[in-house]
Amino acid sequence: MRRLLKTFLQKPELAAALLLVLLVVLFQWQSNGVFLSQANLRGVLGLLPEMALVAVGVTLLMICGEFDLSVGSVFALMPMSMAVLMTQGWPFLPAMAAGLLVCALIGLLNGWVTIRFAIPSFIVTLGMLFMARSLTVVISGGFPPRLDMARIPEEIFIGFVGPGGILRASFLWFLGIAILVSLLLSRTNFGNWVRATGGFLPAAQAMGIPTARVKIACFMICSILAGFAGMIQVLRVGSPLPSMGEGLELAAVAAAVIGGTALTGGIGSILGGVIGATLIRVIDNGLVLSRVDSNWFKFAIGALTILAVVGNAWLRKRGRAMKVEG
Amino acid sequence: MTTEFRTATDPVISVRNLHKWYSGVHALRGVSLDFARNEAVGLVGDNGAGKSTLISILSGLNQPDEGELFVDGRPVRMRGPRDAMDLGIETIYQYNSMVPSMSIARNLFIGREPLKASLFGIGVLDEARMRAESVAAIADVDLHLRSPDALVGELSGGQRQGVAIARAMHFKSKVLILDEPTNHLSVKETNKVIGFVRSLAAQGVTGIFISHNMHHVFACCDRVVAMAHGRVVLDKPIGETSIEEVHEVL
Repeated sequence: MRRLLKTFLQKPELAAALLLVLLVVLFQWQSNGVFLSQANLRGVLGLLPEMALVAVGVTLLMICGEFDLSVGSVFALMPMSMAVLMTQGWPFLPAMAAGLLVCALIGLLNGWVTIRFAIPSFIVTLGMLFMARSLTVVISGGFPPRLDMARIPEEIFIGFVGPGGILRASFLWFLGIAILVSLLLSRTNFGNWVRATGGFLPAAQAMGIPTARVKIACFMICSILAGFAGMIQVLRVGSPLPSMGEGLELAAVAAAVIGGTALTGGIGSILGGVIGATLIRVIDNGLVLSRVDSNWFKFAIGALTILAVVGNAWLRKRGRAMKVEG
Repeated sequence: MTTEFRTATDPVISVRNLHKWYSGVHALRGVSLDFARNEAVGLVGDNGAGKSTLISILSGLNQPDEGELFVDGRPVRMRGPRDAMDLGIETIYQYNSMVPSMSIARNLFIGREPLKASLFGIGVLDEARMRAESVAAIADVDLHLRSPDALVGELSGGQRQGVAIARAMHFKSKVLILDEPTNHLSVKETNKVIGFVRSLAAQGVTGIFISHNMHHVFACCDRVVAMAHGRVVLDKPIGETSIEEVHEVL
């Protein structure tokens, strides 16, 4: 029993999960039952996948011990590249593949420069944040191209599914991808290498893990997920805007951190990142429903980020100090 | 310039005329050594004498700029730690070989995880086997830990060293390099490590024991090699030398 409690206390996503339950109850009560109504859930769950997919990639990369601040710009660049190619006559699938390839290349470049020149990924991806954003504006030519929805099977990505159309297809994509990345991290040798690389780099190197390739792979997964999430948003709103996804990189880092991912790497879980992203969405929506001035939203996220880190550290320490016999 | 050195008839590892430069520093200046099978060799020397450089070359972390390396009489070129491990050379570092945020079972198999199924080298971990084998491996080195799922970060220095030793022994190494294994250990834990080094020959393992502490080396090694300024300055069986003589040349 104590061992179970100990394992539980050391789960990095515990604090965020408890807070999520608490807030859902609070908002449900504050909004007189509107919060968990079908119409509201439909809105919350429809928006969630876009940020949560970015958070999944950022969380994985942070566990590997690196940062990506360029995800917000990649989020805009991918659908913009796709839309520009489509206005030039490319069919949807090749255009989408090309867009994702651009993301993969950006991830590769982020990782390669970080490792080859041994500079913090914080700096490399900060540079990429500006470069990818600039590219987005340049290729748009100043005018956001209009997507020809007739040529896109958008139902596959954003159509409403489930009883009463409560979910969008994007939620299923997000769920599938999150489970896949989570299994990759927890059940495969690659996941073991990611944790070792982020947990203690010299040990990973001494044990012969190809740490450079592991990091680059994580950078690429992170970029591709950000681009894919951007595409989903554009399909939902109908047109790519050069400014979309601004500030998303920090929200994604906040989601990962709120979910228990350590900035130093090695500690964290995909589930934590997802819970963190959900918390942010729930707070955004719940504040509005509770008729709180929506300008308090960023204040709440900021306070939550600090609170979560403090809370996680405390819980982990309590869990570690807990003695179990045998 | 080469130094006189003791040759062995059937060496498990031989190095000849190794040179290594680090950003302008000549860290190894023509080192030649033979490590005989089942021998425990103590490697001593001051900081910067070249011990760590030599060890990093033997464990595959670094490549020599000049010179040759033979394992079982065959010339080898190791491009990484994995090559050394595949040749049966395991290294135990004081700090650098365990990830504190991972479990004992996960740590034991880093880079060599047993897989249930795999594609292009990436596959599903066989976690049941990892747990069972790590429990057995730890019991084999006479260490008692509550669970293979405990985090390495929660273990004491001695327990961590025990897990590192269990890992090296589990993978059936024929050469075991112990880099300062007694640093920061309690007296009791130190004695355990010394006893373990003594028992290596009986298990058919060659030991290379790096230490600052001459008493530890003389307590468990068959031979002592002293290094200074990138060269071997003394190489004698323990019986033919003394702590004073080794101190003299350092």
